[in-house]
Amino acid sequence: MGTIVLKDVQKRFGDVVIIPGASLAIENGEFIVFVGPSGCGKSTLLRLIAGLEDVTAGEIIIDGADAAQLAPAKRGLSMVFQSYALYPHMSVRNNIAFGLKMAGMPKPEIEAKVTKAAQTLNLTDYLDRKPRQLSGGQRQRVAIGRAIVRQPKAFLFDEPLSNLDAALRVQMRLEIMQLHQTLGATMIYVTHDQVEAMTMADRIVVLNKGNVEQVGSPLDLYNNPDSLFVAGFIGSPKMNFISGEVAGQYKAQTIGVRPEHIALSSQSGAWEGTIALAEHLGADTFLHIDTKAGGRLTVRAAGEYDQGPGAKIWLTPEKNRIHRFDQNGRTIKNAA
Amino acid sequence: MARAVSLRRRTVATIAAWAIGFLIFFPILWTIITSFKTELEAFSTPPKFLFFEWTTENYGIVQERSNYLRFVSNSLILSIGSTLVALLFAIPAAWAMAFAPGKRTKDLLMWMLSTKMMPPVGALIPVYLIFRDMGLLDSRGGLIAVLFLLNLPIIVWMLYTYFKEIPGEILEAARMDGASLWKELVYVLAPMAVPGIASTLLLNIILAWNEAFWTLNLTTSAAAPLTAFIASYSSPEGLFWAKLSAASTMAIAPILVLGWFAQKQLVRGLTFGAVK
Repeated sequence: MGTIVLKDVQKRFGDVVIIPGASLAIENGEFIVFVGPSGCGKSTLLRLIAGLEDVTAGEIIIDGADAAQLAPAKRGLSMVFQSYALYPHMSVRNNIAFGLKMAGMPKPEIEAKVTKAAQTLNLTDYLDRKPRQLSGGQRQRVAIGRAIVRQPKAFLFDEPLSNLDAALRVQMRLEIMQLHQTLGATMIYVTHDQVEAMTMADRIVVLNKGNVEQVGSPLDLYNNPDSLFVAGFIGSPKMNFISGEVAGQYKAQTIGVRPEHIALSSQSGAWEGTIALAEHLGADTFLHIDTKAGGRLTVRAAGEYDQGPGAKIWLTPEKNRIHRFDQNGRTIKNAA
Repeated sequence: MARAVSLRRRTVATIAAWAIGFLIFFPILWTIITSFKTELEAFSTPPKFLFFEWTTENYGIVQERSNYLRFVSNSLILSIGSTLVALLFAIPAAWAMAFAPGKRTKDLLMWMLSTKMMPPVGALIPVYLIFRDMGLLDSRGGLIAVLFLLNLPIIVWMLYTYFKEIPGEILEAARMDGASLWKELVYVLAPMAVPGIASTLLLNIILAWNEAFWTLNLTTSAAAPLTAFIASYSSPEGLFWAKLSAASTMAIAPILVLGWFAQKQLVRGLTFGAVK
C-alpha cells in the first residue's frame, strides 16, 4: 500500500513562508509529478513528505497514519536525489545494501535482494565497482536500486534526471516509467521540466509560490487550465497570451491560444502579421510572428513551412481553443 | 585549457623555484651544518660551508647536559594530547556548524578566528596568575589545556571547511536509509572525512610542537618541551652556536620526519580545504 494524504501542510523558515498550506490526496500506485518553476516549493514539499524537513503545521498521512512527526526512515519511503547521493566510499553492492543493513536484515537475505535489484536495473556487472567508476546513467540506476530494495510504500524522486544529458534523460525517463509499471508502487516525482511532467504523470500537481495551483491529468491541465499560470506552464512551446483590445472582444482581460491551435494562411484570417523568425525542427516549424493584434506570437506549423522571415501572413485561432482569463489570472469558464 | 609554456619560461620558473626553495631552507641547512662544527669553527670568518672537520661531539655534549628524551616525550604528550582533546570538541562543533547552521554560524566562526588575532602576550599575565593560583605552572595538564584552547579555533575552522565539502544529500540519503545519527557518523561521514580529519590532526600537532611562547613562559623543567630545550642553549654567559644548532636539529628532527611523510595532507590542510 502507498496512499499519501497531505492535510494543510505548512512550512515556514522563520518569517519566510515556503508552503502556505498544501492539501493533496495521492492514491496507491499513482505516478504523481510535482511541477513548477524554481523556488515554487516543489522540492520542499517532497522533503516534507520524506521527513528531511519538519512541517510547521499540518498532517502527512501515510497509509492512514499521521507520519508528520516520524523520522524519515520510519515512514517507509525511499528517495532518489538529484545528485544521486551515492556513498562514494562504498561499492555499488554496499550502496544498494546499506538500507537493508541498517534495518538489521540477515546477510543471505540482503544478498538475494541486492542481486535481484541489480538484475532489474542491469547493474549485475558493476556490483563491485565504486560510484566514481560509473557513468551518470549507471549512477542513477544505483540510486534507484538503493530505493527499490527497501520495498518502500512510495518512491520520491527529486529532479533525478536533471544531471543527465538529453539523450540519456529520455532513456531514463522511459526506464522509470517501466519501473512504475512493473512495481505498481506509488511514485512522487519532482521536476521543473514540463515535458517530463506531461509524459510521465498519472496526475500533475502544478505548484506556484508554494500553493497548489491545479491538480489533474496531463491532458486535463493542457485542455482546461484553471489559471493563466498553469496555461503558461503546461505546453511547449508556451501558450500565446494576448491582452488589450483583442482580449476585450472575447470579454476577458487576457486570452490565451496555444501555438498549435492557430491556423496560418497567406490570403486571409483574423490577425495580420509578419514572420520574424522560423525554427525548423523537421517534423514541425515554429514560426515567431509579429502581429498588430497581439505582439509577437508563436505558431506551430506541421512539417516544413515554406514561408520564411519577412513574409506577410494571416493567423486564425481555433475558436473553441481560446482560453479566457480574468484580471486575477483565473480562467473564465464557459465559452463566450 | 592547457597553456603552452615555452621551454625558456619553464627553465626560468624552475630555477626561480629552486632558488626560493633554497633561500627558505637555508637557515635550517645552516643550522644542521653548524651542529657538526666545533664551537671555534662555528664562529670562523669567513664561514666554512663544507670543508671543515666534521664532528658529532656537540650531540654528545647536548645529550649529556640535558635529558633530550624527557623533552621529546613532553613535546609529544603536549602536541598530540592537546590536538586530540581539541578534536574531541571540534568535530561535533564543526559538524553542527556545517550541517545544521544557524543564523549566526558565520559570525561565530569569525569570532572564533578573531581570538587568534590578539597578541598572546596580552593574555599572558592573567593566564600566568590563574596558572599560579591553580598550581598549574610547569604541569603538562595545564599546558595541554592552553595549547588545546589556542588551536581550537583553527581546528574547528579546518574541520568546518572539510565537512562543508561533503554533500548534505549523502547524509540525507543515509537518513532515508534508516541510519541513526551514530551510524550515519560511523558508516558515512567518518569514512568520507578521514582525509580532512587526518590533515587537521597533523597540522595541529606541528603547530603545537612549535609553539614557543606559552611553553616557554609557563614551564620551567618538569613539563618543558623541546622549545625550552633549545632556549636553554642560548644562554646569557656566551653563545654556543654549535651546541645550540645541535639542540635545534634534535628538536626539529622528529617533526621534520613527520612532515615529510605527511606532505600531501599538509598542503591540503594549509589551503584550508579550499582546493579540491
